[in-house]
This record gives sequence, C-alpha cells and structure tokens, in this order.
Amino acid sequence: MGSYLPSTAGERQEMLKTIGLEHLQDLYRDVPGSVLLADSVDIPEGQPEMVVRSKMEAMAARNTVFPTVLRGAGSYDHYIPAIVSTVTSKEEFLTTYTPYQAEISQGVLQSIFEYQTLMCELTGMDVSNASIYDGASAAAEAVMMTQTRERSKVYVASTAHPEVIQTIKTYCWGRGIAFVEIPQKDGLLDRHTLETLPADTACVYIQQPNFYGLFEDAQQVAMLAHQAGAKAVMGFYPISLGICKTPGEMDFDIAVGEGQSLGIPMSWGGPYLGIMTAKKDMMRMLPGRIAGETVDNEGRRAFVLTLQAREQHIRREKASSNVCTNQALCAMTAAVYLAAMGPQGLREVAQLCYEGAHYFGDELSKLKGFERVHQTEFFNEFMSCCPMDVHAFEAEMAKHGILCGLTVDDKLLWCVTEKMDKAAIDGVIAVIREVCGQ
Amino acid sequence: MKLIFERSVSGRRTHLTPKSTFPSKELPQALARAKQPKLPEMSEVAISRHYTQLAKQTFGVNNGFYPLGSCTMKYNPRVNEAVAALPGFARMHPLQPKATVSGCREVLDTARAHLCEITGMDDMTFQPAAGAHGEYVGLLLMKQYHQSRGDHKRTRVLIPDSAHGTNPASASMVGFTVTHIPSDVEGCVDLKALKAALDDTVAGLMLTNPNTVGIFDPNILDITRLVHDAGGLNYYDGANLNAIMGWVRPGDMGFDVIHLNLHKTFSTPHGGGGPGAGPVGCKKLLSGFLPMSHMGSRIWEGEKPDSVGQVRAFYGNFLVVVRALTYILTLGKEGIPQASGMAVLNANYLMHKVKDAFPLAYDRICMHEFVLTLESVRKETGVSALDVAKCLLDYGMHPPTMYFPLVVKEALMVEPTETENRETLDEAAEVLLAIREMTKTRPEKLHLCPNTTPIGRPDEVGAARNPRVRYQFPD
Repeated sequence: MGSYLPSTAGERQEMLKTIGLEHLQDLYRDVPGSVLLADSVDIPEGQPEMVVRSKMEAMAARNTVFPTVLRGAGSYDHYIPAIVSTVTSKEEFLTTYTPYQAEISQGVLQSIFEYQTLMCELTGMDVSNASIYDGASAAAEAVMMTQTRERSKVYVASTAHPEVIQTIKTYCWGRGIAFVEIPQKDGLLDRHTLETLPADTACVYIQQPNFYGLFEDAQQVAMLAHQAGAKAVMGFYPISLGICKTPGEMDFDIAVGEGQSLGIPMSWGGPYLGIMTAKKDMMRMLPGRIAGETVDNEGRRAFVLTLQAREQHIRREKASSNVCTNQALCAMTAAVYLAAMGPQGLREVAQLCYEGAHYFGDELSKLKGFERVHQTEFFNEFMSCCPMDVHAFEAEMAKHGILCGLTVDDKLLWCVTEKMDKAAIDGVIAVIREVCGQ
Repeated sequence: MKLIFERSVSGRRTHLTPKSTFPSKELPQALARAKQPKLPEMSEVAISRHYTQLAKQTFGVNNGFYPLGSCTMKYNPRVNEAVAALPGFARMHPLQPKATVSGCREVLDTARAHLCEITGMDDMTFQPAAGAHGEYVGLLLMKQYHQSRGDHKRTRVLIPDSAHGTNPASASMVGFTVTHIPSDVEGCVDLKALKAALDDTVAGLMLTNPNTVGIFDPNILDITRLVHDAGGLNYYDGANLNAIMGWVRPGDMGFDVIHLNLHKTFSTPHGGGGPGAGPVGCKKLLSGFLPMSHMGSRIWEGEKPDSVGQVRAFYGNFLVVVRALTYILTLGKEGIPQASGMAVLNANYLMHKVKDAFPLAYDRICMHEFVLTLESVRKETGVSALDVAKCLLDYGMHPPTMYFPLVVKEALMVEPTETENRETLDEAAEVLLAIREMTKTRPEKLHLCPNTTPIGRPDEVGAARNPRVRYQFPD
C-alpha cells in the first residue's frame, strides 16, 4: 500500500490516548451502526508509487499521440514554450489556495492582476475577471450577465462552437430563459434575424472566427444588437487576436474566449481557461474572482481579491453567479505564455497560423474532391469536402500519424497552427494523395 | 515588487517560433487589429526571475502548516504531477477518434468505478470543473428528475443555515428558491424545522455531512428519509468527504446525488484557486440525466437523450482526474480509510490541545475539522478572529478559515488534514496558546499583525470603493 501519512502506529496510539480514546473507530461513534462500513470499500489494494506509475503509464500508452495535428475545433495544438510549465510547476503556485490571505499571497494576486491586464490588452476590453472554468462556461456566464427584468431572451449564433451553444442552452434552461439559435447561410450568420430582434432581447452571442473558421461581419452584429437595445457578446480565439480586429475595437460589451491556445496542452479537453472580459460599465456584473490594486497599512502597493459584494459567500442566493474560484494556474499559464511571446512573437504566431492555413487550403483544393466548402475569409480553420468516406479517410491518415481535419457530416474541418511549416504541409499533401490514390 | 509591465523594455524579445516558410499573405485591412496590445517585451531570463520573485511571495502547501477549514489542504503527491504530464495524456486532442483514446476512456472508467464505490453511487460525470460547478449539475439533475415526472411544483430547495454560500447561489441558478433550515444547539439539522419545511413543493435538500462545523449529524438517516418521504431528493455536498471516505458512504446514508472536490479529498493541487474538478455522482434514478459532451457523444460517449445538456466543453478537467486516480490507486482499500481516520484524529488531537485557550463552538468529538469561537475573547480583550489569523502569519502558519460558518460568531475553522505530523500539530497548538496569552497581556499588538510578511494589512475597503483591476500604462 502507498500512503502519505507521516504518523507511525505508535504515534497514532499515543494521540488517541491523549484524547481519551482507544481505536480510530471510536472517532466515528456518531455514524449509525447500520451504515458504518466493516471493512472499507471494495477497491483494489493500494500500491507503491513505482507500481502505480507504471500502471498509469500503461494507460497513457494505450492512447495515440499524433505527431501531426490538423484538427482544432475548440482545442489547438500550438507550440508551448519551455518556460511556461517551468513557471507554473513551481510548487508555491501549484499548491497554494485561493489568495484570501493577501499578506502571504501577493505573488499569486499580482499574477492575477497582471493576467487581467494582459487580457484587456489582448481583447481591447476594459476589464477582465480572474478567469473561470473554460471558454464554453465563460460564454454561458456572459449571457447570464446580460439578464435584466425587461430583457431576457438570448440569441446565439448557430455558427458558434456546438459545445458552446449547448452549454449556453443548458444554462438558459436552468434559469428558465428563452434561447434562440440564429440561423446560418453559407457558413455565416443570417443577418435577417438580427435586423428584427424583439424588444426583450438581452444579448446576441457570436463567435469570431466562427466554428468553420470564417470571419463573421462581427462589427455589424454588435451594431445591430445595440440598435435593438441588447448587449453584444463575442467569443474569440486568443491567438487570432495577434493580428485580428479585437472585440474592443468592434464595440462588443462582453468578450469571452477559450484560453487553451495560450500555452495550455490539449489535455483531452481540460483543464482549460475561461477568459471573461467586459466594458467598464459591466464590471460589477462579472462572475467569479477579480484581483484589484490597493495599498497596505504603510501605503505600499498591494493586491487583494476585490468587489466581493457580487459573490456567493456574501450574497448567497442573490449572488450573480455561484462561481467561487478561477482557473488560477491556467490563467498564470496564459500570462507566462503572452509574456514569453511578447507583442512581436504573438503577431508572428498568428501570422504563421494564417499563412499556413491558407497555403494548405490552396494546396488541398488542387486535389480532386477537396474543394473548400465556403468561399469567404478565414483565419486558420476551414472546411473542405472529402472525396471518400470521411471516417475511412480519417483512419487512413491516422496510420500515417496524422490527425486530419475533424469530420463534420461528410466534410472535414481543418486547422493549421504554427507547428506546421511548408515542408510539413507538403508532406501531408503527399500522404493525402497516396491515401486517395491521386 | 515591480509589475511585469514595469520590467518591459521596448525591442526586447524571445525567439521561440521559426520564420515563415509560406508565401506571404496579409489579412485584409478591415479584419486586422489597429491597436497593438501592450504585452511585455522581455528576455526569457527576466520573465523567469519575475515569476521566481512572485513565487517567493506565495504560500504553498509546502511552505508551512495550512489548516484551512473546509478546503482540505493536504499534501499534493509529486507522482500525480509526473503522471499528468505524460504526453499520452497531456497531448490528447479531445475530438480524436474513439480507437485512439482507449487510455483516456480507461482513466475515466476506472476513476468512475472507484469513486462510485467510495461514495455508494451508481454513475458519475466528470464534466463539472469545480465544486460549485458540480452543485449546479446536481441541481440540474434534480430539476430534470421532477420535470420528467411531470412534477412541476417542486421549486424549493432546503439548505441548512450553516451551508457554504455556493449552495444557495447554485440553487438560484436553476431557478429554485431557497428555504434555510436552522441548526440546532449541537450544530446539526433541526429536525423539527426540517419537518415543518417539507411539503410537495420541495425539490430536495442540500447537505454536507460532516457539516460545516465539523460534526457528523447523528440523525442523518432520519433526515434523508424524511426528505424522501416528502418526494424530495437528497444532495450531498462532498466538501467534507475527507472525514469519512472508507468509513461510511453518502449513498448508504440516503443521498441520491453528490459532488466531489477532487482537489480537496483526492489530493490534486489547488493551483491558487483552480483548476480543480467537481465530478457528480448519482443513483440510478438520475443516471440518464447526467450531462454529456455534445461532440464527444458522437465520437465515443454515446447519445444520452434525457441528458440535462452540458455545462462546459468536452469531458471535464481530465488531467485532474488523472491525478486523482493515481492517488486512489496508491492508497487503495486500506489507505483510503486510514487517510480519513488520521484526518479526524489529527483534528481531534489539535482541538484537544487548544480548547482550553480558545472556546470551541461545539465541544464534542469532531470530524476532520473543528470550529473555535472567539466571541468571548473579543468581548474580553478586543482581539478578533481576524487579529488572531493575521498573527498566525507571523508564525509562518496559514490561518484557519475565518468567519465561516456564518452560524458561529468570530469563527476560526481548523482542518489540519492527515498529512501533518504530530510535531506540526504540537507546534501549532503552542503558537495558538501563545497568541491566547498575548490577547491578555498585549492585545494592542495583535491589531497590528502581521509584521513579517511582504505587506501589512491591505486596504480592502479602498480597493472595492475605487476599483483598479488592471495596470494603467503611463502615457
């Protein structure tokens, strides 16, 4: 059996004696006898570290790690600089609790304050919270922020990520809020719905670039939402903001995003990072933690968790949200990533993604049956047709160590990151030719 | 200490990614950002030193005793981290084909089987990212259960007044109204008040047991039976599972749905507030309602037509589950009850050593934590729970949870956990006794603590009144 208990059997007996008891069982005398377990629970015997480790390694080995990943759709295979995990694995950061005791938590509080500033700079928005669970839950919480007595109806772009749409839908069902999906045409939002938004519309949620990688006319969406007196909420892909127009520049009220692309491994879906930013006038509606700057009793700069009057431990059932943590370590990951990249590096990564995806798109469409599905502007993801059964194609590509585009019905949603250079893409094209016999 | 932005020097940079090998292509002007972000411009060594300095001003589990009640700050085993970093887990795309993720599925299936056995549940979802997120899912299940039976009038949730604030906040998020149930003189559920509150509008009860004052409610079987008899469901908040795992199971106590905090009970690190994981377990009657990943269901999970939907993308904080499973396999059948037993013994031992100095809120055998009440100390000396907490900082100890639960005045809630040794508990007791002496001899000094930390007490009122929540760059 493995164990992390320091106490020896002798010490345990002495401690029991000190408190006037004989057996550990005596501590459980309030537990009704009918439900007290006689012999623990039915799980395997414990094992020493070496044995457990090899068991877990064997499980990991039963997975396929793809050397080449051409799949995005909400989780992106970007390069992670070595310094990122070196910083975040420092045991002070790794093991500390939520920084309630500011005097001994300045490090983590300052890092959150810096993260909040970085998110504002990245998005062009005024304020950021300390982060929440992931991009999808951030989108759902953002929608909840827009609820007022008069306005509750939520309009969500059908071109957003399906998991984000489902998450918003679930949160709306929970609160009893009307949820409407905005239809699409040629991979883009159908403007018609936005021109006729009813008076009880709380917000419009769109994703830029959208699920198919395409650029929506986001500025127009924000304008139409505002014309109807509703809030405009945008979901963004952080890496794209290295070169793309920001939600701040397009006048969105709230901007949320999945922060995984900022230095967090794909991790089979989590832990990830929910980025939440907003205009200043919505600051007090933000859910979750917010770090703020203040001074200590000697006038020195200090950081604390602030604006807590919004939160559940004060407001209980009247709180704006039940969120009581953030993804602090993931937020720090994103902060270290952005510091390591710097403004120039981030721009270069975004540019590499953009150029690589367009080069790949051009080369792919030279092959028979792989035409692009949509003809409008895209960032680093795009849909293509597939001349053979998509699942058969996926399986064949996997044999060459390539995770191809995501199968969406009978089509493929491709993604290119900075990890692919021209030679690598040419290699992929050669494999596709072979697989399709072209 | 300087902010990272104050260390930025124009033109400095790192060299991390290669030059473009593609034909150059510019984003159309209309889509391009006009204003460049003011990210720091730094060398790698400057970044590295910046964060090393921040780490020095951060108190982790290895910096000292961390008896933070209700948070279970136990040691975070290093092997868990090594396993979570394996490329076979960390580099997996969440939408890979089914045949390429057998190992990931095995992790979830094994963790589900063991955690269901430990809690007495039949099924479990790992989607919720945190305890509060798990509460939310549990309440969605309750809502769906009653609606599926056409029972639409059940809109009230009963919550003890000693509960964590997330319980009522979560209930509001699913449109339930909250009825608070008072505690009796022993800190447990007042059965009379419970009976009076129960009728056919009650969706269910949310409870932690042991409760937030560290006491195992001896009436637990009556409580859950009363709720069931009234047609409601019982929700178990797993915050305090570290007291009882391997000794008694929530499922056997009459609970229908439960959330766990893997970052408390199952040794995964807190990370400064996250990422944790809040899996939700349930009995068979709720199993069909569990959340799912919309896209994952197509690839490997299978459809769940009655699912409540989903509360985040994909399958949850997978790498946190990897860590928790590593821990469960390490401790195993014997180790699990030994860990909880020692957590309870450590709490009782420390309580015994300090109870003559600081009054206990409830003087009886406690579970994994106990609550001191400094109400009389404050009346007598003017020293508050906050003063004592801040004084502990000067002794290199993380303070207990302050002013919680709300039912106890001037509360300090102490949870030593099982991974502390006797010397640490003895030292902590000595420190608390010494501070108690100071409350009598030099109370004014305690108002000025801490004195040895990087900053003194911060102006929190000023921070909230005049919020500065981002750095303002000089023009």
